[in-house]
Amino acid sequence: MAMNEKYEAVIGLEVHAQLLTNSKAFCGCTTKFGNTPNSNVCPVCLGMPGVLPVLNKNLVEFTLKMGLATHCRIAPKSIFARKNYFYPDLPKGYQISQYEEPICQNGYIDVELKDGSTKRIGITRIHMEEDAGKSIHDMDVDTLVDVNRCGVPLMEIVSEPDMRTSHEAYQYLSAIKQIVTYLGICDGNMEEGSLRCDANVSVRRTGEKQFGTKTEVKNMNSFRNVERALEYEINRQIAVIEDGGSVVQETLLWDADKNVAVSMRSKEEAHDYRYFPEPDLVPVLVDQTWIANVKSALPELPAERRNRFVDTFSLPKYDADILTLEKELADYYEEAAAKLAKKDSESYKSISNWVMTDVLRVVNEEHVKVNDFPISPENLAAMVNLIGEGVISGKIAKEVFEEMLKTKEHPRTIVDQKGLVQVSDAGALEKIIDEVLANNSDQREKYRSGKTQLFGFFVGETMKATKGRANPKIVNDILKRKLGE
Amino acid sequence: MNVNEPFDVFRARLNSGEESCEARTQQYLSTISRRKNLNAFLSVFEDEALAHARSVDKKIKAGGAGHLAGMVVAVKDVICMKGKRTTCGSKVLENYEAIYDAAVIEKLRAADAIVIGKTNMDEFAMGSSTENSAFGPVKNPIDETRVPGGSSGGSAVAVAAGMSSTSLGSDTGGSIRQPAGLCGIFGMKPTYGRVSRYGLVAFASSFDQIGPFANSARDVAHILKVIAGHDERDSTSAKLPVPDYLAAMNRDVEGMKIGLPIEYFNEALNPEIRSVLEKRIAQLRDHGAEFIDVSLPHSEYTIATYYILATAEASSNLARYDGARYGYRSPYAKDLSEMYTKSRSEGFGAEVKRRIMLGTYVLSAGYYDAHYRKAQKVRRLIQKDFFDAFKKVDCLMTPISPTTAFKFGEKVDDPLQMYLSDIYTVSANLAGIPGISVPAGVDRQNLPIGLQLLGKQFDESALLKVADFLEQQE
Ligand SMILES: [Zn+2]
Repeated sequence: MAMNEKYEAVIGLEVHAQLLTNSKAFCGCTTKFGNTPNSNVCPVCLGMPGVLPVLNKNLVEFTLKMGLATHCRIAPKSIFARKNYFYPDLPKGYQISQYEEPICQNGYIDVELKDGSTKRIGITRIHMEEDAGKSIHDMDVDTLVDVNRCGVPLMEIVSEPDMRTSHEAYQYLSAIKQIVTYLGICDGNMEEGSLRCDANVSVRRTGEKQFGTKTEVKNMNSFRNVERALEYEINRQIAVIEDGGSVVQETLLWDADKNVAVSMRSKEEAHDYRYFPEPDLVPVLVDQTWIANVKSALPELPAERRNRFVDTFSLPKYDADILTLEKELADYYEEAAAKLAKKDSESYKSISNWVMTDVLRVVNEEHVKVNDFPISPENLAAMVNLIGEGVISGKIAKEVFEEMLKTKEHPRTIVDQKGLVQVSDAGALEKIIDEVLANNSDQREKYRSGKTQLFGFFVGETMKATKGRANPKIVNDILKRKLGE
Repeated sequence: MNVNEPFDVFRARLNSGEESCEARTQQYLSTISRRKNLNAFLSVFEDEALAHARSVDKKIKAGGAGHLAGMVVAVKDVICMKGKRTTCGSKVLENYEAIYDAAVIEKLRAADAIVIGKTNMDEFAMGSSTENSAFGPVKNPIDETRVPGGSSGGSAVAVAAGMSSTSLGSDTGGSIRQPAGLCGIFGMKPTYGRVSRYGLVAFASSFDQIGPFANSARDVAHILKVIAGHDERDSTSAKLPVPDYLAAMNRDVEGMKIGLPIEYFNEALNPEIRSVLEKRIAQLRDHGAEFIDVSLPHSEYTIATYYILATAEASSNLARYDGARYGYRSPYAKDLSEMYTKSRSEGFGAEVKRRIMLGTYVLSAGYYDAHYRKAQKVRRLIQKDFFDAFKKVDCLMTPISPTTAFKFGEKVDDPLQMYLSDIYTVSANLAGIPGISVPAGVDRQNLPIGLQLLGKQFDESALLKVADFLEQQE
């Protein structure tokens, strides 16, 4: 759009990731999701008078992992702060968070864009905090409060205003999800709220240095919504400016059903959170040994793994991108690749094709998790091995694959039980082909008189006669010889 | 029998079978009921305390009773006891029952102490006279027209009037030491971090500390020995061993260096208080203690610094009393916003509201740097003043309060005058150091005059030693 070229957006994201620790941030209660409302509670997370928070060390450890994975500087000493506001699902009347002196500062993530280029997005800070409870408003009676989520540890990742398009924001958010899931510190599920994203958006004329007035967009609870909401808000701001108006600093809520962002509160109504150092907690001290230990235990990160897939398995970059998008899928691929009989690029590519097309098709259509996929990586590799050994054809393999999905059996068992072994016996095939030729003498004449495109017809007839089990290469050889006579 | 006798003496008679906990507890209960007009207690656990006393009697007979077996303790109503009303002297928590025991309660019980009841106090420990209780003021047993000091007035009176052998209070700016001084008993604020705050309803988290009242320094030591020590539920509690306080109390002050802060002994000091202190200084000097003038140059900022930081923390700590989950909820609220404003406006008393507003203000955007942040810096300077002084001396001696017990209503309408009651005590809370109030004499009206000893962090032993020495002097 010509209008958009005149303007450029400036986007910064604040991402909240719910951490997969077993217990809450400041008490021993379980973080288990889906329990009876108000059952995962104790005096501490209920905010009873006289209670005190005790820091869960895993919250620090998990945040350190993220900080190190995103090239942050780790503060040797960081402090907690209280963020004060009133809300029924906030039992203490304040949230324990970090404000001044957060644990991770000044990092970055390199994200890949549509055109294949890479862009570095700065990370201002990553800090630790606790989640609030849940207010349930859609009840006939009144507002109900569930405190189970109260005190569940969160990590907030604040980016620099480095993104210029909704696509960049989408890619950045995807990269965050990829990293937290690779680190195993968050399940990355936006729909269920374990990954939440707020955006600060402004626009300015292209080439201008000064930032425009920004708005904050909240309530974008899927990756698609983030892209759509940002697109909407960028266009809205441009339209306001084009109309000679000026953007008002406010907080907007994205309404995914109506596809609009609705004003929630203006700058004047903005909360004054009255942050101050949390006196009930002592500073978090992180020494070099701790950093070194976390660093050395970091798993391989998405970018590294993608590169390794290209290098080790000679896969096209396209394949490596898709296979490493999710850690589970990359693990699946690697486990399967390890079980291949022939460790050559052809086999690696072959199993990549199976994973990218057939496995992912079922995963997406049936909404199964890769970890719960009915065909184990070993069995998939075994099937590819059978193709390589000439036991089954690629075509039969599709049938075997479907059968494995249903029965979870080893491919060899299926092949034996269903008699799917490929016919590679040249003598036997020659007999069948002779019959095919005899039954189709017309076509044979036409072929001889120059209509060579009928070759496929004879292959098809042979396959039909063998119920698809004929070894295609041998069939080709015999047919060529016989038709050439 | 003398209910004010030292615990050691009583315990010896308990062990020999001459006395029983039950009889002693009964005696305290009778006094509580006889002197109900003092309004020292908000709840009394009559049957429970007697039943507990009987079981402790059995335990003593059988052998293996705990360190505080036979000690009857009153507990300030700001400390949580499971299943017991914990009002904090506020209408907001009038019907609130705690759902867990504070760390100090667990420790008292484990040591076989008997908790006799919960004591009256200034609302949320905010006050210096116990006139701010939603349940009426506490009277000073020495002169019932006068205040007992505050905020732990009920706990001070419980001990001073023979309603319990010892009691627990909390001290955020002097709330143990000042009422102890005004009631003529011993009261100690331990070092910040010495006693777990788990279960102490917070007023100002970085200042609050639980401590004992008693009729003797040794009894203070007995109870401190039990309640002190690290608690993993309180991140600010110190991971340090608890010394044998009683062993240190050898009454030998020879060679001890005691500092006299020149800023505290200025011309503004009440002459009667000065002369009582001078007499005590002379006694210590006669026994070989050395007195050195020291300076605490930032003393003039202590009240301002304290009221900025403590109210800031209080404004946040008291946010949870919003009517949503427990405590007072206004019956007049029509929506969420009204539930908050009306519940809090109707529930809190004037002084609490004043401090919440002050604290909210100093933390507000645009005011934080000028007030809160600056006060934090001054707090560190005040702390440094003390640390510097303690390089030269073992402890400090100061007055405890600018006046002896004052009349009801005398200061209640003048908050600033009331805040100045804490002028000698708040610095210990700012610096996190221990302090003890020691009875030192009386004024012309026979009202108690106390003196304060301030010590190095975690050196309660030095204070107890000097206090015990002074107790033996006439
Ligand atoms: Zn909990």
